[in-house]
This record gives sequence, C-alpha cells and structure tokens, in this order.
Amino acid sequence: MPDGAGTGLWKDAFRRLKKNPQAIAGAVIIGLFLLVAILAPVLAPYGGDELPGRTEITPTNIPGPGELDAYPLGLDRFGGDLLSKLIWGAQASLLIGVVSTALGLVGGMILGLLAGGLGGWVDSVIMRFVDILLSVPNLLLAVSIAAILGQGPYAVMIAIGVSQVPIFARLLRASMLSQRGSDYILAAQTLGLSLSTITMSHLLPNSVGPVIVQATLTLATAVIDAAALSFLGLGGGRPQTAEWGRMLTYAQSELANSPQLAFLPGICIAVTALGFTLLGESLRESLDPKTRKK
Amino acid sequence: MLRVIGKRLALLVPTLIGLSILLFLWVRNLPGGPATALLGERATPEAVERVNELYGFNEPIVAQYFTYMGKLLQGDFGTSINTGRPVLEEFATRFPGTVELTIVALIFAIGIGIPLGYVAARYYGRFVDHSSVVLSLLGITVPVFFLAFILKYLFAIQWPILPPDGRQDPRMDATHVTDFYVLDGMLTGEWDAAWDAFQHLILPGIALGTIPLAIIVRITRASVLEVQNADYVRTARAKGLLEKTIRNRFILRNAMLPVVTTIGLQVGLLISGAVLTETVFAFNGIGRFLRDAIFGLDYPVLQGFIIIIAILYAVINLIVDISYSIIDPRVRVS
Repeated sequence: MPDGAGTGLWKDAFRRLKKNPQAIAGAVIIGLFLLVAILAPVLAPYGGDELPGRTEITPTNIPGPGELDAYPLGLDRFGGDLLSKLIWGAQASLLIGVVSTALGLVGGMILGLLAGGLGGWVDSVIMRFVDILLSVPNLLLAVSIAAILGQGPYAVMIAIGVSQVPIFARLLRASMLSQRGSDYILAAQTLGLSLSTITMSHLLPNSVGPVIVQATLTLATAVIDAAALSFLGLGGGRPQTAEWGRMLTYAQSELANSPQLAFLPGICIAVTALGFTLLGESLRESLDPKTRKK
Repeated sequence: MLRVIGKRLALLVPTLIGLSILLFLWVRNLPGGPATALLGERATPEAVERVNELYGFNEPIVAQYFTYMGKLLQGDFGTSINTGRPVLEEFATRFPGTVELTIVALIFAIGIGIPLGYVAARYYGRFVDHSSVVLSLLGITVPVFFLAFILKYLFAIQWPILPPDGRQDPRMDATHVTDFYVLDGMLTGEWDAAWDAFQHLILPGIALGTIPLAIIVRITRASVLEVQNADYVRTARAKGLLEKTIRNRFILRNAMLPVVTTIGLQVGLLISGAVLTETVFAFNGIGRFLRDAIFGLDYPVLQGFIIIIAILYAVINLIVDISYSIIDPRVRVS
C-alpha cells in the first residue's frame, strides 16, 4: 500500500467510511435523530407527558393527522400530541439505547479483558459465568432482569446492558487470544514489560476493533430491545410517557381506527435501528482486511 | 461422535447448575423475602411466618438450595402463584402452541430464506440480489412487535382474511388430544379445526419468522458467494459435470454448513420473539404466559420457565451441532 503507508488502521478505516454511501446514509439518519433528540424542547410543540388535547378526544373518536390545526399528526388516546410524543420519544429511545450499550460495553470489556489478559482460572470462571448468561435467550434475559429490578427506565437500561455483556466479553477475549501469539507481543515480553502494560497498551488497542463494530450494531438491537421492553410494560412511568415502545402498547386497541398511532412510532424505531445497522456494517467492512482494497 | 455429545452434555451441567443458583438466589432475595412475594405486601407477620415455616424459608440458605434442587430433579418446579397449578403443568399445556408457532416461523424463514439467498448469490449484483439485501436489512431493523401490528392491521383488520388473535376459534368445539391444535384436528379427522388452527398461526408465524428469514437470506447469500468460486467447484466444472450436479452437490451442500448453524442460533431469537408475538396476537403460548408472570410477579413460573427454556435451548443447540456433522463429513472425522 504505497499511499496508505504511515496511516493508522482507524484513520484508514475512517477514510474508507467517508466514501461509502451506506455509511453516510447511516450517519445522516443517526445525526438527524440525535438532533431531534437534543432539540426536543425547542422542536416539540408540547411537553412529552402533556395532554393538551384531553378535551378533543372521545372514546369513539381520536382526531387523526390533519384534522386539527393545533396537532398536525393528530392525538393519541390520552389526548397527547402525537408529533410531540414522537420527538420526545427520540430522546428517550436514544438515551436508553446509548446508555445500555455503554453499560454492556464497559461490563463486557472488563470481563473480556480479565479473561483474555489473565487467562488461567480467572478466564475459566469468567467464561463459565458468561455461558450462564448466554444459556438464556437474550431478550428473555433482559426481560427477567428488568422484572427483578422493578419497572422503570433505569431498570430497562441495566437489563439490556447486562444482556449484552456476554457478546462483548466473548468478542474481546477471542480477539485478544488471537493476538496473544503475535510477534509484537513476544517482543514486548522480551523487553520485560509488565503484564498490565502489555495487556493495556499492546493487546487491547489491537483487539478492540471487532468490539467497536459490535457496539455500533448493538446500538440498533438496544433501541429495538428497549422499545420491546417498554412495549411489554417494563419501562415504568405513566401510560402517556413519550417513549416509542410504550406508544405502541397503547396503540394496540386503536389499531382499526387510528393505525398511525402504531405505525409512526414503529417506523421511528425501525429507522433508528436501520441507521445504526448501516453504520455498524460499513464500519465492519472498512475494518475488515479482506474487504480492504485501497 | 458419542464422546462429543457426552462432552457437550457434561459442559452443560455446570452452566445449568450456575443458572439455577442465580435464579434461586434471585427469588430468595426479593424485597421482603419470598413469603411476602407469595402473599403480597399486606401480609400479616403471622401469615409470613406460617409461609416461611411451610416452605422452609427459615432453613439455612444452602439447605434450601439443595431441597429446591432435589425437587427440581424430580420434575417439581413449584406452583404458580396466580393459577395455583404446578409450573410444569402450565408449561406443558402452553408449550405445544409455541412449538407450532415456532415451526411455522421456521418453515417460513427457511422456505423463503434459503432459495432467496441462493438466487441472490447466483445473480450477484443484479436486481434480485439488491432487493434481497434491502429486504434482509429491513427484516433485521423492523421490530417484531411492530411487524406484528402491521400484519394484523393489513390482513386481519383492513382485509380481514385471517383471524386477528387467539389459537383457534372458540366456537370450533374441537377435540384436543395432544394440545398441538393443528395435529389434533388431523388426528381426530376434524379438518376444519386443523385448518382454523393453522390460519391462526399464519400471521404470528410470519411476524416471528421475519428476523430469522433476514438472517438466513444473508448467510445463505454470503455462503453461496464464497463457495461458488471455490477451487473444487472450478475443478468440477473442468471435469464437465452437469451444471445441475455442480449446483446441488457441490455448491449447495457446502454452502449449507454455516446456514445450519445460523438456523440453530435463531432458536433463542424465536423464543424471545414469541413473548412479543404472542402478546400482540393474544396467542396462548409460553411467551404470553411468561409476560403475564412478569406482571403478576409469579416468581415460581418465571424461575421454572427460564430453567426449562435454558435446557431446551441447550438441547436444540446440541442437536444443531450433531446435524452439522451429518451434513459435513469433515467434522465427523476430526
């Protein structure tokens, strides 16, 4: 690689990422949703829990999109403004997705680092523990943990985070093990560097690639799982809380007459997940030596 | 082969013991203790004491664990707080429904996924290929419960050609022998009942099968792409073998290996998805019961169901590994 000489792996990957339309599409989607989430107080006509249209709804009639000027997308069955709730929902969903993935990433990396770095019995104990977590299907694990912790947004974050720990721990460990026999590790050992220095400054930076890719992809799953847990009713809070999954729960009974109440939050979840997936997959491609051409 | 199975089973034991310890500690550490969980928060101290005495909650924790494990090994998973029936019985009556649903989902996912992935790889870079990539991307990113809503809205409300919920029309008056409703109908000759039960499976089955479908399409496509340029395929062509033989015996058979593993891995996804799908379609399977158990704080049910599901999950993965070695003789030798 004549022109790539001297550029780092990440710099190189980023350069390739910028040329990939898939990556750009993903980044734009995520960027837009992030912007909406951050600017929610400015953009949303009403507060997330507010019920401005309480007097407009009747048991048989929920005004839909375009029926009332004050509520462009119509109302929900509690009298909340659908547009405002979608906007505030972006904040809730992204926050839960990012925090839970961060928790899973940190937890998994600590376990993976200990297992891959120390090896021996520490490795065995940690991996058995990870096996136990893996013996329960992912979402079911999250649902059980959320049920133990009691219903609420923090319970959902922790539950999803814990259910992601095994993937990250395994990935980092496997990646570290594959690096262990490398010449540069041998060189570092010959130099007499301590185990912690070798692990932290040599092994870890070289093994973290797949974990970062997985984290991006996991953000998509986290947003979907968070919505699923809220949909099941584990998110806590009041029924009118602006959260996409929660909005779907209460859209169920209005499906025949007001399908938009289910479709719009559902589309928001899917598009956010799509953004993270596109970004994660192009990141994987750009880091994969097999697909790296120029 | 037997040794491999034995080794895998031996590895499974510590995992399940670990899981049982975690679940046991969880229930014992519930706020207010297990007696309060059983009786509710307004229980009198005397009642709590009686329950503690009755269930042995006053004993040392290690002794309690062994009693619990002893019962578990005899098939006693406790009693549901909400229904008062044994957990195992509750599981057994609902499991067939979930199995039927899972089978329909898998048939849908495999039946469409493998051909689509194969065609996409064969016509790499063409329209079929591009649409299969987009389709599988959508399948992964659209949440199961949202897809369930869309299907229900389109095919049960807008064009009511399929039933919106349940496992069977209650007016059906069908005889139930095995609790597999479709099978029951066929066994007793009540074909209308079997057909009705099958119709109830279509929408939830499709909703549940979509994520596995998307994943199977991708893996099949990637796998066929890799295999069809392999040296032995080129050699087979050079030998002048029929294109049909090459495709079926060389490409497809070799490309199926990762696909089989992937299908096995989907089982966990299907069980998780069943909780959501069964909730949307009011389908009386283990998923929906599990959800009700969470909200009814029915700890014995949660505890028991999770252990049973973990065992099933492990067994299915083992079966997948064995079938893997049947398809691929190379695995058998090593």
